[in-house]
This record gives sequence, C-alpha cells and structure tokens, in this order.
Amino acid sequence: MSYHSNADLGGQTVGGRIVPEPEGELFHAPWEPRVMALVVAMGPTGMSNIDMNRAARETLPNYRDLSYYEIWLAALQKLAQEKGVLSDAPPAPRLLLRPNLVAPVLSQASGYSRSPAAPARYALGDRVRTLAAKPDHHTRLPAYARGKLGTVERIHGAHVFPDTNARGLGECPQWLYTVAFEEQELWGAQTPEQHATISVDAFEPYLEPA
Amino acid sequence: MSEHEHRPHDEHSHAEHAHEEHPAAAKALELRVRALELQLIDKGYIDPAALDVVIDAYQTKIGPRNGARVVARAWCDAEYRRWLLRDATAAIASLGFTGRQGEHMVAVENTPQVHNLVVCTLCSCYPWAVLGLPPTWYKSAPYRARAVKDPRGVLREFGVELPETTQIRIWDSTAEIRYLVLPQRPAGTEHLLEHELASLVTRDSMIGTGLVLGATGATSATGAAGRAP
Repeated sequence: MSYHSNADLGGQTVGGRIVPEPEGELFHAPWEPRVMALVVAMGPTGMSNIDMNRAARETLPNYRDLSYYEIWLAALQKLAQEKGVLSDAPPAPRLLLRPNLVAPVLSQASGYSRSPAAPARYALGDRVRTLAAKPDHHTRLPAYARGKLGTVERIHGAHVFPDTNARGLGECPQWLYTVAFEEQELWGAQTPEQHATISVDAFEPYLEPA
Repeated sequence: MSEHEHRPHDEHSHAEHAHEEHPAAAKALELRVRALELQLIDKGYIDPAALDVVIDAYQTKIGPRNGARVVARAWCDAEYRRWLLRDATAAIASLGFTGRQGEHMVAVENTPQVHNLVVCTLCSCYPWAVLGLPPTWYKSAPYRARAVKDPRGVLREFGVELPETTQIRIWDSTAEIRYLVLPQRPAGTEHLLEHELASLVTRDSMIGTGLVLGATGATSATGAAGRAP
C-alpha cells in the first residue's frame, strides 16, 4: 500500500478565494472549540504524538472536502480507534489533563530539539539538493521542494524526525536546516516572477550535497 | 466510522463555512463530537472541566495580543529587538509567552527591502504561544497552495500591494520552527507609548499578510478607535 498525503498543497491549483477574518472570530460552530480542546487535552495522555496526528489527518481520504476542525475530529476519532483508547480495555493515559494542569501544560515548553547523534553535515551557505523520491510514509518535505537546489540559511540543531516518529519508530533526532530556494528553481522560468525567495525547514536526510 | 456527507468542492466559500449553511450537517457534527467526548471521558482520557479551561485560555489569554506586545517591545527597545532576532524563543519567553506551538521561535524582520510571509503548506503550523489559534484562511487550501507560488496575488487579496522592488521572503513552516513576522513600525508613531503601539499591531501583520498602519488610521488592531496624534 502506498502512502499518500492529501494535505501537501503548496503550489497546487486550487479553487476558492482567501477570506480574511477578524481577529476575535475563532470558531464558526459551537462544536469547534470542543474539538480543539479535545485534541489539546489528548496530547498529555500520550495516545499519539504530533507526527502521528499529522499523518492521521493528511491521509483522510476526504481531507479536501472537510473543514479544518472536521479534519481534526475525524483524525482524533481514527487515532482513538487505532490506539485502542476506545476498546474495552484501554491503556492507561500517561497523564489525564485536569483543570488545574491546563495552564502549566499549555505554557510548558517541552520542545522538539534533541542531542545530535553526529556533527552537522552541512554549514551555512552550503548548496544542497533535496531528495527527488517521494517516500512511502509521512514526511515533511513538500512535493514542490523535491529534487530542488537550495542554500542552507539557518541551522536549528537536531530535532525529532517526523518520518520515524509518525510511524512509532522513535524520535531518531536529525539536524534541521532552513533551506532557501529561488522561485525559478521551484516553479520554472515560465512562471511570472514575483521577486520571491521561498524556504522550507528540512531535515538532514532530505538533503544531499550539490 | 465517518458519517460525513461528501460535499463537492465549493469554489466560493470552500469547506470551512459550508456547514454554516447546512443546519442538519452542523447538528450531526455536534452530536458526533459530543459522542466522542463522552466515550473519551468514559475511558478515563478526558476531564470535561479541563476542556472548558483550555477553551477559555485560547479565547482570553493566548492570542495575537501576546505577539503584539513582543512587536511593540522590539520597536521601543533596540536591545530587545536584537535579542528577538537572535534568539526569539528566549526573548519571547521573557515576556511570559511560552509553550505549545511556540517552543522554537524565529522572528523575521520586515524592512523597506524585504517583506516576510509565513505559511504552512503541509498542514496548519502556527505560533500559538504568540498568535493563538490560526485564522480559518491560514488553514485553508487556497492560502496554503498559493502563498508559496503567487505571494503577490495572495497579498493583494488582503489589500496589500508591495513595491515591485521589495523582495518577498516566504517561510514554509514544515518542521517545529514557528515564525513571527516583526512588521515595520509605521511612520509618525514616535510619540506613542509601548502599549499604544501594541494596539496598532494586527495579527495579519505578524503573519505577513498585513502591514501595520499608522496611528492616523481609523481603527486599531483590536477594533477600538484609533489614537490620532
């Protein structure tokens, strides 16, 4: 079975306008804040990690027909099912979020940086090429940035690697870089020039020396 | 598992607002959320009282006014601005804004030469600790698809027209780094106090889809009457 993300939208032709929204307008139905809070509250229980959540959302077959909180709801339901939380003998939660724990849990910065297993392979200013092949699992290199020539602009240390973390294969920390691309490199010389530079945050295994 | 009706793509309003026009679908969703919540309570995974506290936090405490305070401080204090640009996570934490979806912050500064724009093409990554919950458009397909390829067209939809010579720098948040745009301080605001400056800073200006308008503007970011000099 091959893995496909329905959420990888960068550069695609999609219909619809962008509808600006006033600052205080957070929800559009009474159930939406409930879904938001359920997803936040399930974090500390350890049912799934952030990469598993993203993988569950992006593989929903009807992703493009759903509103964002519908996507969150469907993925939460799917994960609760898959992880046995809704079974007759659910595993014990790591932490049940109680009202008095909300403020500390929301403000605590656990973070995703980890000790690197090896020195960084690339330095600031290095030219790199992103991998062209589409992996058969959750990944964070967008399709529009595959097989492209870019420049290392920032180095962020080693971070949890989504490609393994999403599959329950461990955090396998990898160096994380901001890699910048010229617009012609991404979209070709035919696309009207915007005087733009685009960057992605790319993990070291996504890159090879150029 | 899913009792979704399949909705064909709506060119105009897209999926986000579709259920507002379909009360039956909205009711079905309401029931589905309620049922899942009850199941998770029953399994010992959810304390419903905590949900109310989470919702209140994002409605009243964790929102773009936090980011606006960071921006105003950077405008008023050159040393803070340098710290913010060098180590945004620490500089932002010093004002008390830490935690979920703000663990690894980078601040990027707009100048007369460079305009920064933030997007997450893969999902909806957004700096919650300083901006709160992302607006609907930020999570929508049109914004995520076009921000990286047609940024000037996107900015035009927000009423922002940049000089052709301005370089646009787009940050696709594909990992756990979260970006905050430090907008340009508008001219004619030298006399304003830090908290008055903060009230001019809009959420969109900290994403890059807006500019901060001067104090002569009719309204401030929070919708209150502007403070004309």
